[in-house]
Amino acid sequence: MVSDHGAAAGQPAPPLLAACGIAKRFNALVVLDGVDFTLGAGEAVGIVGPNGAGKTTLLNVLAGAFPPSAGQVRFRAADVTTADAARRCRLGIARSHQVPRPFGGMTVFENVLVAASTGGGFRGREAYDRVIDSLTLCGMLRLANRRAETLGLLDRKRLELARALGTDPVVLLLDEIGGGLTDAEAALLVETIGELRRRGIALVWIEHIVHILVQVIDRLVCMDAGRIIADGEPQAVMANAAVVDAYLGGGHR
Amino acid sequence: MIWVSQILQGVLLGGYYALIACGLSFMFGVMRIINLAHGDLAVLAGFLVWFIAGQTGINPFLALALVIPLMAALGWVLQRTMLERSLRAGELVPLLSTFGLAIVIENLLFEQFGADTRSLAPYIGGLSYDSLTIGGQIYLSYLGIIIFAVAVAILGGLHFFLGHTNLGRAIRATAEDIDTAELVGINSRAVYAAAAAIALATVAVGGAALGMRATFAPYAGPAQLIFAFEAVVIGGLGSLWGTLAGGIALGVAQNIGATINTHGFLIAGHVVFLAFLALRPFLTSLNAKGRIKALLRRAA
Repeated sequence: MVSDHGAAAGQPAPPLLAACGIAKRFNALVVLDGVDFTLGAGEAVGIVGPNGAGKTTLLNVLAGAFPPSAGQVRFRAADVTTADAARRCRLGIARSHQVPRPFGGMTVFENVLVAASTGGGFRGREAYDRVIDSLTLCGMLRLANRRAETLGLLDRKRLELARALGTDPVVLLLDEIGGGLTDAEAALLVETIGELRRRGIALVWIEHIVHILVQVIDRLVCMDAGRIIADGEPQAVMANAAVVDAYLGGGHR
Repeated sequence: MIWVSQILQGVLLGGYYALIACGLSFMFGVMRIINLAHGDLAVLAGFLVWFIAGQTGINPFLALALVIPLMAALGWVLQRTMLERSLRAGELVPLLSTFGLAIVIENLLFEQFGADTRSLAPYIGGLSYDSLTIGGQIYLSYLGIIIFAVAVAILGGLHFFLGHTNLGRAIRATAEDIDTAELVGINSRAVYAAAAAIALATVAVGGAALGMRATFAPYAGPAQLIFAFEAVVIGGLGSLWGTLAGGIALGVAQNIGATINTHGFLIAGHVVFLAFLALRPFLTSLNAKGRIKALLRRAA
């Protein structure tokens, strides 16, 4: 099912990020079962699938939260399977959590600054500029001096994105940042993500709200029961019989 | 006048308690480790300064300048070889492992230096007894003032370091959420090791202060641990300025206790500590800190 649908350019360039034969077992529970996934430079890939399909686990394996039970993760042709999350972040792979986890006791500005100075490796003035740019992009600048723990859910989600951007990522892994947004808020989010794409940042975005997702992605991947069951042009994937079955058929697992 | 004097003496003594406690407070605040070997590490630092000063004849302050990096290195090694593994095994394991470390340090010191009581006082000449006289009745020892100033400087320095440096912010982020810290590129192992090194550097200063103002012996660590622990708990776990306030509260209580009754020194300190523990839920509900802040804002 793995295909090499690139972005608009469509050249068969080597993938920026590739996961080959990924399996992940938690004791007897098989969460990922032979997943092959690739992401081209500057490409945006959406991941959908029913709950428990293994989407977040795949993102965790890509981000380095834990090593896979089997398989290999390659970034820019280098094997990063054993590199931890901190190392991968410094290489350019950033991720956001589904449930925002801001650093409490620190201001919004400090939250992003710590990301820019460690993950991004920026120093002094450069780090400050980077923080201001990230906060502006996410519409958070006016909240820069607020303590992170006092933010509401929407602003926490924005901070999660701003902090990931602060690390100057090449690849951004987003886990359901659109959940619970109003239409107006979702439109703002789509605008922000569009700007990230113009800057050449590659995206992997897990999202249940497909109509938001299809506005920004080049390619859609559908997962079910730890496998990729469809991968390709978004409309084609959504029309795929196996995908319809996974979402609506139910019970077949 | 005796009361004013005793309270001022108590404040200075509180400076010493804050100095000995700040490493404990820092380690707990950052790594959530209650280091039961804290007092013994301070005594170890005291012995190192005493040994170097005695063997080479150099000024103990100069010897301390050598011991600080030694203790910092020991902190780094302890974190990497022992504390890190303990932390992975659960919350209680660091308590057990640092308790074990305490016993090892005590007995190694006993084997090496014997049971005799030592002091750094002979090496610092008049500084150990010279004092500032105020109004002919209040005597404040220069050493006490120096120790108090050093405690304020170290606590202030740590406060500034945590708030205004990259490593400081990385330490705070790691203390808050270690997994997320990793996600923004922070090498949490290195951050923890650096934090342990900083904590033990302050312990070195605390140990030297102990040796200069009083005496120590191989088994003197646990008593220092208790004072440090009480100062940290009274001041609020993990709060640096709170540790200074806690140290002062403890020192003043002990001195007032001693003035009332010659045996009241230790008892008064422990009573204040226990009273504070009992009353804390009540004090927290009053939100004293928030009210003081609001008052200050209105006044400004």
